[in-house]
Amino acid sequence: MKANPKDVLTGVYYIDGDVAAGYGALAAGCKFIGGYPITPSTEAAEAFARVAPKAGALFIQMEDELGSMASVVGAVWAGVKSMTITSGPGYSLMMENIGLGAMMETPFVLLNIQRGGPSTGVPTKTGQADMMQSRWGSHGDYEVIAISPDSPQEMFDYTIKAFNLAERYRCPVMIMSDECVGHMTEKVVIPPADEIELEPRRFYKGPPEEYLPFKPDPDLVPKLARAGDGFNLYITGRVHDERGYPVDKEEFKMKYIRRLVDKIRINKDKIIELKEEQTDDAEIVVVSYGISSRVAVKGVEKARSKGIKVGTLRLVTVWPFPDERITELAKRVKAFVVPEINYGQVVFDVARASHGKANVVLVPHGGAGVHNPDDIADAIEYAVREDKKIEGVVEYKTRLEKLVFEGGYKLKE
Amino acid sequence: MENLLRMDRMPHIWCPGCGIGLGVTALASALEKAQIDLNNVCIVSGIGCTGRVAGYVKLDSFHTTHGRAIAFATGIKAANPKLKVIVFSGDGDLIAIGGNHFIHAARRNIDMLVVCVNNFIYAMTGGQVAPTTPLAAYATTSPFGCVEPPFNIPYIADSSGAVYVARWTALHVRRLTNSLTEALHKKGFSVVEVISPCAMYYSRINRLGDGLDMMKFYHDNVEIRHGEDTKNLDIGFQTKIICGKFVDKERPSYMERYNQWASEVRGASNES
Ligand code: SF4
Repeated sequence: MKANPKDVLTGVYYIDGDVAAGYGALAAGCKFIGGYPITPSTEAAEAFARVAPKAGALFIQMEDELGSMASVVGAVWAGVKSMTITSGPGYSLMMENIGLGAMMETPFVLLNIQRGGPSTGVPTKTGQADMMQSRWGSHGDYEVIAISPDSPQEMFDYTIKAFNLAERYRCPVMIMSDECVGHMTEKVVIPPADEIELEPRRFYKGPPEEYLPFKPDPDLVPKLARAGDGFNLYITGRVHDERGYPVDKEEFKMKYIRRLVDKIRINKDKIIELKEEQTDDAEIVVVSYGISSRVAVKGVEKARSKGIKVGTLRLVTVWPFPDERITELAKRVKAFVVPEINYGQVVFDVARASHGKANVVLVPHGGAGVHNPDDIADAIEYAVREDKKIEGVVEYKTRLEKLVFEGGYKLKE
Repeated sequence: MENLLRMDRMPHIWCPGCGIGLGVTALASALEKAQIDLNNVCIVSGIGCTGRVAGYVKLDSFHTTHGRAIAFATGIKAANPKLKVIVFSGDGDLIAIGGNHFIHAARRNIDMLVVCVNNFIYAMTGGQVAPTTPLAAYATTSPFGCVEPPFNIPYIADSSGAVYVARWTALHVRRLTNSLTEALHKKGFSVVEVISPCAMYYSRINRLGDGLDMMKFYHDNVEIRHGEDTKNLDIGFQTKIICGKFVDKERPSYMERYNQWASEVRGASNES
């Protein structure tokens, strides 16, 4: 299915990542955004609100993030593609109804422009510390898809992809961006509508009385319906059977919740997108995502100029995690170097999937800034020199960490 | 009536003497009387004893998270304004944890009917104090008598902008049905409060007898005062309860305003 020309602002723009995501949502056919303003994500909501009326779409500024997320789940069940936009503290508030969306198998997109946390943290500066929350933040077992763009162009392109994945797998899809990408201004090319491929909603087409809202197709994803079409839907946040009726027994809980997890896991290969460079004969592979993968480029170049064989593996899709690829690489590389703007999140999945076959070096960053590429280069050098097998994750001490901590926390304010 | 219930989910979970079922009966009759195409009606509930209503009514029904029914329903209404949206939930769900959504949906005048069953207590979790528990009434978490003044639901609804506000008890099924029928035809945020006996917790903890005794109490202590100023509708412990229709006014709904504005925006951009 092609995008609707009415929704696509074809042209060449010089805009920031937030705005590009807003335009991407519109191009994907998003007709409803329920949101609550929060730095540094507001430009995305503003961009959508400006262009929505012409496309017959609606932006409503809800009273809080709990309401925003709930309104999005409601809007999807009324038949339209929907999204919400947030950052750290708002993301925490959304967890409740992200779980509802996962349980009701509701396709929606959530754009998180990550900032420094915890709590109010550093509202105006970057971070990548919500990565585990995007996977496990709501209570109970479920799987989501999370993708991490690294440029305004990708914010446009991957917002569309996020909608396509949500529709395809009937699940929440998180765009885990960050302040740097959100506020970075670059050229963005919006193609004509007939060059944008959209995944149509998997609407059930048979007789209403035979419809089971949670009866899976062979790929484990059930067909969707919408309110108002005579289905007498019963959709609940409780564990439910294929009709949608609540069930309590442990064997049913097992059966129905297992599928929420499995529908993502068995379709992993179709979902995961990776960008790999020069990994064929690499000794070291830098694994990164989002803004850190842009910053890493310079560090990798520097290490290569010293003759080190470094490859890069960029996690465009962070969740589900590409275990198999990491395991394969671990058998033949010496180490993985993982720069992320947190004190270790995705790196532990890299370590888990390496099964002790390769060393795993975390290059941490506490947030409110990005890595110094020289630190990434030095971490690569360290990793190639290190001949011992190191258990678990080893943390590379960056220049900034040394400056802050080696003076015994005596940093002048 | 039966065609409006999911008979395959019976028996329901409500205790004997509970008033929630009477509220459901009134809604079912109102839907019949209002002659609305039932395919266009959605019902949304939150969590709690009353939160189970959506699951027993044979409409497009959504049993959502605690407190979020109105926000969920706002999304439904915005996405498909043709749908008639009913939120059916309890006082704790709508006024405590969901209080913020309640006042803001009223302020925006989102076109929906909110039926709020008020039984003065958190029943599903076993009788804890609610934002509606009358002063001095007992609850498991106010074992020495409630020290917090309760909310007056019609007053909150009215002062936040609701276009239709009424209160009845579970005893007044006929009048309640009439109010619900009227409210179903109303454009905008309409609130009908249903004072209802919780025979299991509220009346037991407060030694008020069973459901029938509560009904008797309503019979003897309800005063009907249509058009009463909503400021005067506080409910004390075993004091008289004022019922009636208090607000019935017109105000542009959210979607009416949005669509008008959106068509102006589209018109202006077509001219340029
Ligand atoms: S606990 Fe109270 S409110 Fe709940 S079903 Fe029983 S009587 Fe009704």
